[in-house]
Amino acid sequence: MVETSATNELLRWIVLLPLLGAIVHGVMLGLVRRELPRGLVIAISCLAPALAFLVTLVAFFQLRGLPVGQTALVDGVYTWIGAGRLVAEMAFLFDPLSAVMCLIVTGVGTLIHIYSIGYMDDDHRDDGGFQRFFCYLNLFLAAMLMLVLGDNLLVMFLGWEGVGLCSYLLIGFWFGDRWNAYCGMKAFVVNRIGDFGFLIGIFLILWALADAGAATLNFREIQAALPTIVERTVAVPAWLGGEWRLTTLIGLCLFVGAVGKSAQIPLYVWLPDAMAGPTPVSALIHAATMVTAGIYMVCRMSFLYAEAPGASAVIAWTGAITAFFAATMAIAQTDIKKVLAYSTVSQLGYMFLAAGCGAYSAAIFHVGTHAFFKALLFLGSGAVILALHHEQDTDKMGGLRKHLPWTHKLFAIGVLAIIGFPGLSGFFSKDEVLLAAYTAHVPGHMALWAIGLVTAGITAFYMCRLHFRTFFGPSRVPDEIAHHGIHEPANTVLVPLAVLAFFSVFAGLAGFPDVYGEQLGVPESNSLAHFLDAVVVQQPHHVELSTELLLAALATTVAALGVALAWFLYVSRPELPARIRERIGGLHQLVANKYYVDEIYDALIVRPLVVISDRVLYRGIDAGVIDGLAINGSARTVRGFASYVLKYAHGGLAQSYLITMVVGMLAVLAWLLRG
Amino acid sequence: MDLLTLITFLPLATGILLVATSRVMPEQAWRWIGLGGTVLTFLLSLQLWAGFDPAQGGYQFLHHVPWIPAYGIHWFVGIDGMSLLLIMLTTFLMPLVLIASWNDIKKSTRSFIFFNLFLETGMLGAFVSLNLFQFYVFWEVMLIPMYFIIGIWGGPNRLYAAIKFFIYTMAGSLLMLVAIVALVWRIQSVTGYTSFSYDHVLEHAGSAGPLAPWLFAAFAIAFAIKVPIFPFHTWLPDAHVEAPTAGSVLLASVMLKIGTYGFLRFAVPFFPQVALSPAVSRIVVVLAVIGVIYGALVAMVQPDIKKLVAYSSVSHLGFVMLGIWGGTLQSVQGSLMIMISHGFSTGALFLLIGMIYERRHTRLIADYGGIARVVPVFSLIFTVVVLSSIGLPGLNGFVGEFLVLVGSFAAFPLATVLATTGVIFAAAYLLWALQRMIYNRLDKPENERLTDLNGREFAMMIPLLAGIVWLGLYPAPVLRRMEPAAKRYLQLTQPARATSPVAVSGSTVEVRP
Repeated sequence: MVETSATNELLRWIVLLPLLGAIVHGVMLGLVRRELPRGLVIAISCLAPALAFLVTLVAFFQLRGLPVGQTALVDGVYTWIGAGRLVAEMAFLFDPLSAVMCLIVTGVGTLIHIYSIGYMDDDHRDDGGFQRFFCYLNLFLAAMLMLVLGDNLLVMFLGWEGVGLCSYLLIGFWFGDRWNAYCGMKAFVVNRIGDFGFLIGIFLILWALADAGAATLNFREIQAALPTIVERTVAVPAWLGGEWRLTTLIGLCLFVGAVGKSAQIPLYVWLPDAMAGPTPVSALIHAATMVTAGIYMVCRMSFLYAEAPGASAVIAWTGAITAFFAATMAIAQTDIKKVLAYSTVSQLGYMFLAAGCGAYSAAIFHVGTHAFFKALLFLGSGAVILALHHEQDTDKMGGLRKHLPWTHKLFAIGVLAIIGFPGLSGFFSKDEVLLAAYTAHVPGHMALWAIGLVTAGITAFYMCRLHFRTFFGPSRVPDEIAHHGIHEPANTVLVPLAVLAFFSVFAGLAGFPDVYGEQLGVPESNSLAHFLDAVVVQQPHHVELSTELLLAALATTVAALGVALAWFLYVSRPELPARIRERIGGLHQLVANKYYVDEIYDALIVRPLVVISDRVLYRGIDAGVIDGLAINGSARTVRGFASYVLKYAHGGLAQSYLITMVVGMLAVLAWLLRG
Repeated sequence: MDLLTLITFLPLATGILLVATSRVMPEQAWRWIGLGGTVLTFLLSLQLWAGFDPAQGGYQFLHHVPWIPAYGIHWFVGIDGMSLLLIMLTTFLMPLVLIASWNDIKKSTRSFIFFNLFLETGMLGAFVSLNLFQFYVFWEVMLIPMYFIIGIWGGPNRLYAAIKFFIYTMAGSLLMLVAIVALVWRIQSVTGYTSFSYDHVLEHAGSAGPLAPWLFAAFAIAFAIKVPIFPFHTWLPDAHVEAPTAGSVLLASVMLKIGTYGFLRFAVPFFPQVALSPAVSRIVVVLAVIGVIYGALVAMVQPDIKKLVAYSSVSHLGFVMLGIWGGTLQSVQGSLMIMISHGFSTGALFLLIGMIYERRHTRLIADYGGIARVVPVFSLIFTVVVLSSIGLPGLNGFVGEFLVLVGSFAAFPLATVLATTGVIFAAAYLLWALQRMIYNRLDKPENERLTDLNGREFAMMIPLLAGIVWLGLYPAPVLRRMEPAAKRYLQLTQPARATSPVAVSGSTVEVRP
């Protein structure tokens, strides 16, 4: 392994810079107990990610400049946990995969830090705190970068849990509201269910590799040792097929972690509620970066999933079904951020669809473009929310393009990107995903492709519905809000939007399909895929230009239908939706209430668990059986005697009793030590 | 006098000094003398840390003085990595506990300090003893001061709690005493030599013959009560809730560990064929997993925060038991690691609860809510400690839990998977409590005037926080010192494992470095 990587001590600074920012803030808040002046807070917390971005760029060019045969930079800092043959280094790995993720995280992260200056400046709640917010945000970035740069599963898990913590803290940032605090906790606990699977996956890997004599969690070492366990199988219950490949079991366990972190069915329920956090948080953590960690993990372990067809099929199907269902749930939402949240769940589903189909670079491509356009959409919605003095309900919006022309235009770019307007970033990445499903070897891949295609149409519909209801038509803004005036937000808010809009338009060029490129005389134009070739396992698919064009045309047509329907319903005939709602009352209720999934979980899992713990375990077994029957019976008989002793002690004689005892002991000791 | 003996008796000597000079000393001086004694003990124990050679297996700082030689009773002390860390934990926590009780304890302050010092000598003595009789004496010595600490300075229901604690532990102690005497007698009848010396007993414990299962059972029950293992745990919540802060901290952080220490040092190495037989292994592992899950679920529904933390100990100690039986270097080192980090995080939790109790005089979670607004520093520290208890990677709790689970997986895959659900439940019960106490709306007027941590309270939390972060990010110095002790435990129990079917299925028993 040594010869394929070069040591580079620069990497640790990518993690350390934001961490130092968080530490400075934390020390000021916790130890010195004084908020720094705002200017200084801004300087520290925005400089940290900006510098981390610069370091990432430097590392990126060093990576490009490596001699042939070397594909990664490595920075081993120290041995974190070592017990016997199990050694986990605190080490960072910068290869093409982590490089792409790092650039996205630090780049988008920096923009959102800048945006937050303007957004949080407005915050005057007494449970808020400017510096506390930036402390968490810096800490999040450090954890996210650790997740991305981790050289082994354990460092990745450290970052994995770290981002979960920051997500928890930031969702419940305005903790004075019971709902926010509840949502934060829900996010953490649901994620822990995923982490449970992730941990089992780690145990399985170590267990299997230990038998092969190579207990390691290092990614490249696991990859090297994988052939020794590829043939192994494990027994599972008969109704699950009786026997599975070990790689499939490991892959599924790790995927459970990804399902939690990346909000897939059945663990997606925390993400819509996570919108309780401040909007920059929704953009950075719950759209652009953290929630893509699951996809990143699958791609990082692509060598394993390539050998685990069963797990890959599960991933693809989970992704497709989640993409579809989340899209339908987005249709009936009226909260601007909730629509975007379900849209995020849906888009994450697309990414898993690609990864499950073995198109890992397509998954990462969509991670990247989605980071730009979804961050843009969230930050745009934040601008609207700011302008409307923290109103998020689209029922109370409408006609805002007159008041917020810039926000409207920038938001529109985001909408066009996500619905796959030809030439924009989302167009290329979504086509890659659909193409991957179309050409995959996963069982039922045509159905997957069809689901993806239909979802593209639904996506176009609900995104346009959102846009039209917010910016078009007559204003429904209540007087008490309009009365305060509706203004474009500050430049610190608009400039990041503009930068994100630029990338939402042009980022697709990084993954310009080879078949188009050849026509235009640009060979290997999908530079992202070729860059990632060195790390992720690729299934080479040869598609004809005609197939690719046909699929693209089909997707575009379906999206156009969605747009047209939205225009018809929400701009041309705005009275229609209400009538349709009445017609299909029950169905609308079902969708608007998100299929009552939260309620079902609550009734089937949460409540029974609490009731059983309280009534059966605590009151029944603990207080009833063990204490009531076994212990207190015997205690009662001795109580008389014991209370006598206690009274005696209480009377001030305890000292003399003890002194006697101690003197006795000392006498013995003195006698012992005499010689 | 050698270092270990000095460290062991320095607290008691301080206590006696305190009692002897009480008439001439002003009341304020008592606390300072007590604190001085414990700090000095801690500083001396740092010498142990510095002088301990991690590369060397076996016992270090050995010291041997005949006591009642005719019966093989000697003053025999020495430590390995296992006891070293527990001693460090004890001497480290003791000054903090006295600082925590600075204003809390109002009645008979002098006796209170004396009992705490007495207790420290008891705990340290148990850890340094390499002689069974001596170990038994210290084991008993611990019981008395803790009984008084709960019974005199405890809460309203202190009498019940103290008696329950006393009877439970006493029952176990008696069993253990009988077992010790029977074992030594049995060995004497085989070797013709009476000795309570640990090494001697260890070497010849095999001659217990048909008595072995009974003797193991006696030891195991005594230690199981102390740990406590389900279903012997019900004294713990009562004792914790009623005990004053100092008592809760020492009980949870140190005294419970003497139970698991007993398994690692005595019960299992003496009778490996019994302890690691498939039947006994199954019972212990099942009870350990029940402890993990049951403790967490019952903790979840407690309205009293102190009781919640008490049940969380049942859950955490279940991991330790699983690791001891897990039988790999990772699992045993993980158990030792949890023993230490649980001391930090649960100790810190009890200290924090004590602080807030001093202000509000209630431990009911429902009486709080939204206090992060009025006591931000308290809330910050409370959050960090809770996260450490949840086992967040990067803080101390994770290292041990991970090692236990990863190390036990080969031998007990199903039990390990079930125990791993503990990571979900731990997050549920602690974060739920956190949400109800320090987040939400500040809706109770009594909470509006809570004051944040003062300098004293802040100062005593800093070393704990430092330890929590240090053990989480750089546990290597601790793990390195524990490794020879864990290896020795595995070597001692290796023969039993080779013959038990458990080991045949789990092929990763590793003693190799």
